[in-house]
Amino acid sequence: MDSEVLIEARGLTRRYGPTVAVETLDLTLRKGEILGLLGPNGAGKSTTMKMLTGNLAPSDGETRIKGVSLREEPKAAKRHLGYLPEQPPVYPELTVDEYLRYCAGLHGVAKADRDAAVDSAKRDCGLGDVGHRLVGNLSKGYQQRVGIAQAIIHRPPVVILDEPTVGLDPIQIREIRKLIKDLGANHSVILSSHILPEIQAVCSRVMIIARGRVVYNESIDATRGSGVGAITLGLRRPPEVSALQGIVGVRRVRAIEPGRFHIEHEDKADPREALAEAAARGNWGLYELSAQARTLEEIFVELTSGDEQRVGDIEKEAA
Amino acid sequence: MTNVLNIARYELRRIFLSPLAWAVLAIVQFIMGFVFINLLVEYAANAGMGNDQFGVSDYIGGSLYGFATILLLLVMPLMTMRLFAEERKSNSLTLLFSAPVSLTEIVLGKFAGLLGFIGVVILLMALMPLALNWSTDLDWGRIVAGLLGLFLLMMSFGAAGLFVSSCTREPTIAAVGSFGLLLVVWLLNILAYNDSIPFKELFGYLSLIDHYESLRRGVFDTADAIYYVLFSALFLSLTVLRLDMERN
Repeated sequence: MDSEVLIEARGLTRRYGPTVAVETLDLTLRKGEILGLLGPNGAGKSTTMKMLTGNLAPSDGETRIKGVSLREEPKAAKRHLGYLPEQPPVYPELTVDEYLRYCAGLHGVAKADRDAAVDSAKRDCGLGDVGHRLVGNLSKGYQQRVGIAQAIIHRPPVVILDEPTVGLDPIQIREIRKLIKDLGANHSVILSSHILPEIQAVCSRVMIIARGRVVYNESIDATRGSGVGAITLGLRRPPEVSALQGIVGVRRVRAIEPGRFHIEHEDKADPREALAEAAARGNWGLYELSAQARTLEEIFVELTSGDEQRVGDIEKEAA
Repeated sequence: MTNVLNIARYELRRIFLSPLAWAVLAIVQFIMGFVFINLLVEYAANAGMGNDQFGVSDYIGGSLYGFATILLLLVMPLMTMRLFAEERKSNSLTLLFSAPVSLTEIVLGKFAGLLGFIGVVILLMALMPLALNWSTDLDWGRIVAGLLGLFLLMMSFGAAGLFVSSCTREPTIAAVGSFGLLLVVWLLNILAYNDSIPFKELFGYLSLIDHYESLRRGVFDTADAIYYVLFSALFLSLTVLRLDMERN
């Protein structure tokens, strides 16, 4: 966890008139991380990325890239960034080679090194055979690769990709995912998507954004490792709730209906065995004991679905 | 500086990769050639009529380039409309905005690329009097002054067009808008002829075309050149401001 911090964003806020697209968002990207930004459509993923890349000035808050403030020294800060927006920013009338040479120049690659930079970016993105073709004549998938090549041509420490696999066919999606994983070896990557398996497949950390706020920010191992989610317990002859509450590893018990309980457990504890034992000892008539494996999808749905339902749950809990 | 040159080089390249530039050059050259031959025939017919103070350089250079201003007023908005509007429409503007280049460099780069195109137009304009060089004595001073004036005029058209293009994402609206803007600034001199308007001299001075008059006649006045340079600088800085607003 002590590796170098590449992007540090504090309290990023973006308002469009009265609507708040992103609200006090904090984001930290460390060296070697692939961070997945996840969220439903319109959650503020693209707005966040535009602010991180200096395409959009935040209404409030600050971004530092390698310690350089994006607001005070935009040129120096942007040198460390590569960005692929939702639509690849390509010129259809140029050939792939010409376009990438231009990008290399724009990003300050010295003249003598440009050919080498273009070659290595093309090799990384599988564009070896299309260098002489016009960008406009390439398929969507190849244009997307040209867009990624453009983002990594100057070998920036941070690469930001906004929905890189949208509109691609399944084979292309797999290739781009592999490419992103390979990029992760040498670059830190921020990737946005609303496709869950994609994030699960390539990212090392997940950040879920809903309605412009960060609602979840954990490493991908945590989402896998939390394995056991809430436990549902069914008893024919239920005891007092306090009896269940007393069992080791149980954090909170809530009656769903007479005889059925929703049990939240302590972190990293699995009280199922203890529950079964207690049920046998107390002759509670155990007929159901099941734990839900918490997948990223459940976390996502839980955190991003409508507020009303959650409010209702909390009220029930309180009662 | 290298960023400006780099952007300018590719801008110029992209201008000439589009068929629009070639079509514009071809049509401008055709019309100018037509007018040129017309003037030549007219001059030949009137030759020997004893009008000595009106030489061939004056007659052809002056009239030809005077006509060119109107044609270029129509054509320049077409050349500037794409500069920012099309890039915004196709989302390629993001490339420039996320690269480590300043807005000023972007604007100057695009403008310098456009100046390259203007240079080509000037070259084509110079070819017509040049064709007469072997058959008569030309007053090159006058012709060069006329060409310089055309260059300054087109530079101003270009800067204004660049600004309008940065305001919209539809190239056609950019073209119509910059044509309207240029025509209004051009026609400001109408006000100067109306005695009932206060500060009428000021309006006459602000008009784009009045400053070309003396250059066309072969008189190089620094004030005229400075007017065009300031006009361009104003619109270029407005463009930078406009692009900066876009991020906020």
